[in-house]
Amino acid sequence: MRCGESMADVIRRLTQELAADPTSLVFLELAESLRQSGQLVSAWKVARAGLGRYPEVADAHDLCARILADQGDRAAARDAWKRALELAPQHVGAHKGLAFICFCEGDLQSAMPHLEAARAAAPQDEGVATALARLRVALEGIDVLSRDRAAQAAMAAPVRAPVAEPEDALADGELGPGIVVLDGQGLRLAGDLTRADGASVGDAVAAHLAGVAREAARAARLLELGEWQHVSAESADGNVLVLAPTPTTALVIVRPAEVPVGRLALLAEQAARRARVMLADLA
Amino acid sequence: MNAYQELLCRVTDVRGIRAAMLVSEEDGLVVAESLSEGVDGAAVAALAASLTLRIRRSAASAGHSAPAVVQMRAERGALLTLQAGDGLLVVAIADREANLGLARLELRVAASRLHA
Repeated sequence: MRCGESMADVIRRLTQELAADPTSLVFLELAESLRQSGQLVSAWKVARAGLGRYPEVADAHDLCARILADQGDRAAARDAWKRALELAPQHVGAHKGLAFICFCEGDLQSAMPHLEAARAAAPQDEGVATALARLRVALEGIDVLSRDRAAQAAMAAPVRAPVAEPEDALADGELGPGIVVLDGQGLRLAGDLTRADGASVGDAVAAHLAGVAREAARAARLLELGEWQHVSAESADGNVLVLAPTPTTALVIVRPAEVPVGRLALLAEQAARRARVMLADLA
Repeated sequence: MNAYQELLCRVTDVRGIRAAMLVSEEDGLVVAESLSEGVDGAAVAALAASLTLRIRRSAASAGHSAPAVVQMRAERGALLTLQAGDGLLVVAIADREANLGLARLELRVAASRLHA
């Protein structure tokens, strides 16, 4: 983007450039700009046309994969990124993309080699370094949790609402306790919730709460209340709040009943900002 | 005006509250209502009951008891539901400018009197 140019200006300029020379590789930049501005249908048309001309260009497959991932078609995105790697085995974008897909599917172990390959190919890429560090932390957390679970009997006990600390601060790179991020299909992307006995219930809660997010969006639309912002539920066991950090994900935060809902909403917004950074790092 | 409607009118007297209703939680049907013009009571009841039911199932999956209060905030207002006992919900629709704190207090009063 040139100085002083808006995204609309960029798209207009690149469209003119491509019209003037349809064989130009400027389609890569145009489709990416369209994708970033949320015009996924137009981005896909431009990217597919470009890929038709340049089927051996790894960047074109990477671009298509990013658009497909934004559209929620993970299987097709995975195929496109794999094709990019066949053409360019060190392609950073393709490795990052495949790591993102693995992460979304909860397969953190498989995400690791892709991020390590991306790191080796682009050691200066701070986004890759950060994502790699966070993934290592997450994997260590899973190891610890697995050992804990083995030692505990499965008991039906309520989700343990973390004790509210004065700042309730979330450490850099961490979502914080009692927070889980899930995708539109109810699959857990990050974080976890534990019952009072320490057992993980993040997956079960995520599966149910994906439906709540859809229901809230539908209710807000039908009641002409505009876009939904969050749903809170207050019970004797604790307070829960759900919001959408991105259009295709939801974030759930659980706190003790004494944490008022207004404060819970502020904490959730804070966590949502961190979640957006985390998701962007992996995208 | 019956006793139910008197309680609901107290809720709609709060500035910015467009609707207050007593709703059957299981089937989302209206039991009593106090509505401003243009509010579709049947739709509000059905959506409020459906959302509350989903939240209740989610809470159960986490081992939590049924939520006493469910609140959905949106760009131009909010939907509030409170358990009133006997399978009933007290539901309110609020504008963006409404005093939600006061509305919640009146909803609690209505719910407790219904439950009594």
